Amino acid sequence: MFTIDKYVVAESLEEAYELNKSKRNAIIGGMLWLRMGRKKIRTAIDLSALNLNKIDEDDESFKIGCMCTLRDLETHENLNKSFNNIFHKSLKHIVGVQMRNLATIGGSIYSRFGFSDILTALLSLDSYVELFKGGIIPLNEYVNMPLDNDILMKIIINKDGRKAACNSHRISATDFPVLTCAVANKENEWFVVVGARPMKAKLSTFNLNNNYEKDDIDNAVLKIIDNISFGTNIRGSKEYRQILADALIKRNIDEILNGGYYAD
Amino acid sequence: MQIKLWINDKEYVDDISPDTILLDFLRSKGCLSVKRGCETSNCGLCTVLLQGKPILSCSTLAVRANGLKVTTIEGIQDEASEFGGFLADEGAEQCGFCSPGFIMNVIAMKNELKNPTEDEIKNYLEGNLCRCTGYMGQLRAVKKYLEKYSDMKKGA
Ligand SMILES: Cc1cc2nc3c(=O)[nH]c(=O)nc-3n(C[C@H](O)[C@H](O)[C@H](O)COP(=O)(O)OP(=O)(O)OC[C@H]3O[C@@H](n4cnc5c(N)ncnc54)[C@H](O)[C@@H]3O)c2cc1C
Ligand code: FES
Ligand code: FES
Repeated sequence: MFTIDKYVVAESLEEAYELNKSKRNAIIGGMLWLRMGRKKIRTAIDLSALNLNKIDEDDESFKIGCMCTLRDLETHENLNKSFNNIFHKSLKHIVGVQMRNLATIGGSIYSRFGFSDILTALLSLDSYVELFKGGIIPLNEYVNMPLDNDILMKIIINKDGRKAACNSHRISATDFPVLTCAVANKENEWFVVVGARPMKAKLSTFNLNNNYEKDDIDNAVLKIIDNISFGTNIRGSKEYRQILADALIKRNIDEILNGGYYAD
Repeated sequence: MQIKLWINDKEYVDDISPDTILLDFLRSKGCLSVKRGCETSNCGLCTVLLQGKPILSCSTLAVRANGLKVTTIEGIQDEASEFGGFLADEGAEQCGFCSPGFIMNVIAMKNELKNPTEDEIKNYLEGNLCRCTGYMGQLRAVKKYLEKYSDMKKGA
């Protein structure tokens, strides 16, 4: 069981950062992941008093505070309107409403889980993380950086006019996904993310010119699947995941190009 | 550390260890409807409302409720027993162990969603596991319960 000796509601980010330098201390987000471990936490750091629980929108971007819950993103009207509902769609399968009212976006993205539905969705967009010391870094870089002691303050998503679609496959409702997928499109550029392979979500890109044929899409998808690695775990084999990836990517492309609808 | 919170509108001030889990704190204050059905945040049995929103009390520190209002079934007896009647009418309960968390989440859903579709109902209640039934009785009970309220609204 995990234990906590002392609990500090940080009054400034500087204070939180100083405390978080010690490996024995930990930031508490929604605590859902932390509580499953056996960590003996000396000082638990609470960021709730630092105004990081809001989703701000301006003409260029959305800025999402790390203490926003997954449910905040799932139900935010403008955020979902701007990106074809992918926040709602990618989050709604995670455990249950009660759990998503607790789990934070900061804890979810900091952890960079291989199975993450939301990391997959965010990687298909023009997304950044804002770190207290490290500054603003593209999410696509952050995803492969080692877990360190910096504080993830915000997620920034630029409104660059991308159209997006996402889906996942689960053996049963509320389970971890067998595979996650998100696709976004801006003019001729396509962004394809496949996660839970069962490794961390990976972004691939391809271009499609205006007079493309169906074969061009098939070939691009084939190339992407060839270039990313898949593995086997209790939820599915490498081969099964490759076949699923082909279907999930193509469904998302179809949804963006033709409004194709697939029940999930 | 000291916390002050309201459980079912009654104020409590207490000195607790920082790793006290809200579920255990609530039970220690006599809210025995709040139970633990799993160790992995999956079952929904421990559902309570924090500032009106459904959360898992097994996965929340009691200090996180500092200054806030918690509602358990003990605080909404009339609403809970009314919905309990709908469950009974549909034969939806077998052992009944899952009911406290399920009832809390149904009430949270009724407060949050307006005229939900069947898919929306299923999605909202997906995090409440029942090991005995096939959920069909529950779904019928929920639909009839919500219908009653939408009829009342229409009539008003
Ligand atoms: C039973 C269960 C099932 C799940 N299923 C899924 C699923 O199907 N799909 C999916 O995508 N996800 C799933 N998740 C993961 C979940 O969605 C969250 O991503 C996860 O719980 C982490 O969020 P949290 O707020 O609980 O983080 P916490 O547990 O509070 O923290 C996780 C880590 O992040 C650190 N941290 C927290 N906030 C910050 C910050 N701002 N800056 C720096 N470090 C920080 C903490 O110190 C800790 O090391 C599941 C989780 C559980 C418990
Ligand atoms: S006891 Fe199972 S989710 Fe809380
Ligand atoms: S009726 Fe037995 S667990 Fe639901």
